[in-house]
Amino acid sequence: MDEPFAWLTIAVAAVVTYLWRGLGVALAGRVAPDSRVLDWVTCVAYALLAGLVARMILVPVGPLASVDLWMRLAAVVAAVGCYLAVGRRLLPGVLAGATTLATLAAVSGL
Amino acid sequence: MTQPPPPAPPASADDPAARLGGGRALRRGVIEALGAPALLLFASYLGFGSLVHGAELSLFAGLASTIATFALPGQIVAVELYATGATLTGIALAVALTNVRLLPMTLALVPRFGRAPRWQLYALAHVIAVTGWVQAMTVFHRVPVADRVPYYAGFAAVLLSSTLTGTVCGFLASDAVPAAISLGLIMVNPIYFLLMLSRNLAVPAHAWAMGFGVVLGPSLHLLSPDWGLLATGLIAGTAGFVIGRRPLRRRNG
Repeated sequence: MDEPFAWLTIAVAAVVTYLWRGLGVALAGRVAPDSRVLDWVTCVAYALLAGLVARMILVPVGPLASVDLWMRLAAVVAAVGCYLAVGRRLLPGVLAGATTLATLAAVSGL
Repeated sequence: MTQPPPPAPPASADDPAARLGGGRALRRGVIEALGAPALLLFASYLGFGSLVHGAELSLFAGLASTIATFALPGQIVAVELYATGATLTGIALAVALTNVRLLPMTLALVPRFGRAPRWQLYALAHVIAVTGWVQAMTVFHRVPVADRVPYYAGFAAVLLSSTLTGTVCGFLASDAVPAAISLGLIMVNPIYFLLMLSRNLAVPAHAWAMGFGVVLGPSLHLLSPDWGLLATGLIAGTAGFVIGRRPLRRRNG
């Protein structure tokens, strides 16, 4: 059903992910978790994730591309608003965002 | 009557008499994972399941990804880049950079397991991800050292089950529910990560890195779908690192 490339992608993603964890066990006690290199690496990881999130919302690749930009942004506003209103709890925020998008998509006839 | 009062919780972590023993520690981990942690991961893997469906991958590919990777951001990067037709090298580097945070996380967590056998540590390392890590860092002071491996194993076992269930439900729901609802499910992850990331804005370097990332992510993707994300991480991350350090250096002389 999947192309071999799909399985290769999943395998490679799994291997490079475990590599960090295995390395963490191997180096534990020898490298300080707060060294400068790890500081930089953490910044890169945050930047990459933030870039990915912005990309997924502003320039979606899959089915989300069929939803208007303003609807995606409205979902984000609803999520952040609800998250802050309930005292920074993730679940209500996530639910509000997803529900807002689903509702807007349904109303617009998708 | 003359006995001293029971030791404070932090001290009891090193007290052999306070040990629960393997089975009970494991059960305690299971019980503490049931609830918000399991529910939140279930919800976010609902989104991953729909994303897998949207990328025209099979359910088995999605489940394999969840079991073998067990770190949502990297899984999403892999599926998203697969859907955009990126090269294997590009995918490997982007996933590696996305998940590199697991290295400092593991470095910080492993010493807290005490003198556990190496094979147990290497096995447990596979289920170190944000939810379990935060839980461990928060509660380990009240879990006796010898109980921590079974405790974490029980906690992570629940999380793994809930991620697998979420992947299945999200995938199947994409076919079963109206398109609007499945779009809502796909939206779960960008929103979940957005909110999670917003909790790390307190460190200036991280805030700058994320700010640059938000600007560069979409723009560099339009320039190069293959390398855009990777370049975003390196450029925005390095810029954030440099800017975030500067005030500190000035203050130090």
